[in-house]
Amino acid sequence: MTAPVSIRNATKIFGDFTALDDISLEIAAGEYIVLLGPSGCGKTTLLSLLGGFLSPSSGTIEINGKDMGDVAPAKRPTTTMFQDYALFPHMSLRDNVAFGLKMRKVGKSERHAKAEELLDMVGLKTSANKKPHELSGGQRQRVALARALAVEPDVLLLDEPLGALDLKLRRQMQDELKAIQKRVGTTFVHVTHDQEEAMAIADRIVVMNAGRIEDVGSPENIYMQPKTIFTASFMGEVNFIPGTFESATDSTISVKTSLGTVELPEFECRGFTPGASVTLAIRPEHFRASTGTGPRITLGKAKVEDGSFFGTHHRAHLSPLDYPNMTITAHMPQSAIIEPGAWVELTLDPTSVVVLHGHPPRPTPESAAL
Amino acid sequence: MISSRFSKLLSWSYLAALYGFIFLPVAVLVLFSFQDGRLPVPPFNGATLKWYGEVFSDNRLMSALTNSLMVAIGSATVACVLGFCAAYGLARFVLPASRLQRGLLIAPMTVSYLIIALGLLTTFNWLGVSLSLWTVGIGHVVINLPLCFAIIYASMGDHQKNIERAARDLGAAEWQVMTQVSAPMLMPSILAAFFLSVTFSWDEFIIAFLLSRFDVTLPVEIWSMLRSGLNPKTNAVGSIVFLVSVALLLILELIVFRRTAKK
Repeated sequence: MTAPVSIRNATKIFGDFTALDDISLEIAAGEYIVLLGPSGCGKTTLLSLLGGFLSPSSGTIEINGKDMGDVAPAKRPTTTMFQDYALFPHMSLRDNVAFGLKMRKVGKSERHAKAEELLDMVGLKTSANKKPHELSGGQRQRVALARALAVEPDVLLLDEPLGALDLKLRRQMQDELKAIQKRVGTTFVHVTHDQEEAMAIADRIVVMNAGRIEDVGSPENIYMQPKTIFTASFMGEVNFIPGTFESATDSTISVKTSLGTVELPEFECRGFTPGASVTLAIRPEHFRASTGTGPRITLGKAKVEDGSFFGTHHRAHLSPLDYPNMTITAHMPQSAIIEPGAWVELTLDPTSVVVLHGHPPRPTPESAAL
Repeated sequence: MISSRFSKLLSWSYLAALYGFIFLPVAVLVLFSFQDGRLPVPPFNGATLKWYGEVFSDNRLMSALTNSLMVAIGSATVACVLGFCAAYGLARFVLPASRLQRGLLIAPMTVSYLIIALGLLTTFNWLGVSLSLWTVGIGHVVINLPLCFAIIYASMGDHQKNIERAARDLGAAEWQVMTQVSAPMLMPSILAAFFLSVTFSWDEFIIAFLLSRFDVTLPVEIWSMLRSGLNPKTNAVGSIVFLVSVALLLILELIVFRRTAKK
């Protein structure tokens, strides 16, 4: 059971606060979509519009081509997995999972069989007679998933489903969620503020900020080719180097920054005009290109200020020779020896540099890099 | 050292005086229900169960006892159902003037039973309703409804709201949410309200006296027995009333509070 979802110009206003501002989004049937953003960005409001718990101030929501305008939550082909799981405390796990089927007047033996099948899928078959309070957080979460899937919804809405779990369990449940989604084929719309979770799980990530969609794309695209400064900084650590767009030739563009003029291959024309404010976004791990082959550019030398070991890499703070007030965060190889005071070359693969419109809201790049 | 011992003594004697003040009358009542003699006054002449035998063979007392139980259980049930519905409506939906409505629901708690009984008596006369156990039951619903509402309303939190939302999301209609999710979830407080209501109705005299005619409840029957003077039999029936109240409170404690503690 699966269906496409189409959101057209949805706006939601609470009093004088615009929670959602003219959102349009097409979700394909069977897609795993993650709505990602900081708290207050409107992602949960959007989920509530899909589930029918709120109705849009304007705009339309269609599921499987049908307008959901006045359809109550109970009548929608959606179910929601709530952040606090919202299991029925007085019912056994079997009755919890079978509840939706009972409401659909499915006979007792049939709905119990279905409930046990779903409990089996989430690895809780032997606990069918237990009550929710006997379970751990991760198990409750699985029951909530089984309960929501038991009625075979076209679209499953997940509201920060992993928010209450510890890190290790969260990573494990991510894999399970994704595997279960691929198995049942239902369209999943998952809300989170954890970008690692979003990248690990999503077919497509929708980055939201202040009631608007900032960026939509595959995890790789969102991380490596962000369209806005907000997306670039929200998706993980990044160095912003503000500059001015100078000129473009057929194959390259050049940007003047405090670290000198940088020549980059023009991968995509984004309508930059000479003199426009632009920002170069560089992920810390992209400074590791001093070895290997391919085109290379340099931002000059930089002095190592300090470093710390993260297992997979060393994370170092560098201050460039040309502009010592700027702090660059770089990931160096595991085997590197980090000595404060040493000089390194800021070497990059030019295709890894992203040119973004405007300057970051805060004047210096170190705030974003911290 | 001495002062600490003295203050300890003082606090213990205060405690003893306090419990003595509360329980001495009851203890005396129960003690003289076993009096082997015609008067329930000192000196205590020795123990007998004769008076209890008389109580249980007294048809009028036994039918009053049955009446009391029927009124108590019936009125408590109605008060709980109405109180739950009112609490559910006021806690879960945006209603006009909901604060005023809550206030009005709880207000009868502050009115004396005598006034409530007089008001109901006037109303029943005016409507031409003849007095019976039904009118007593209605009176007890009036006094217990505010209590039931307050207890159940206080236990309806936002966490349960989300659970009810989940039930609706899974296709439950409003009445199904109420009967299959909210009421079972709130069962500890509903039972607490029920048992307290039964206890209050069981003990209640003024309303039962003013709103009944031929069939009366136990406190009214005891009162008419008292008019012919003190007698160990009245002590025995009084002890039975007390025992039932204590039993109800113990049930409340054991079933309801143990269930809540488990969660």
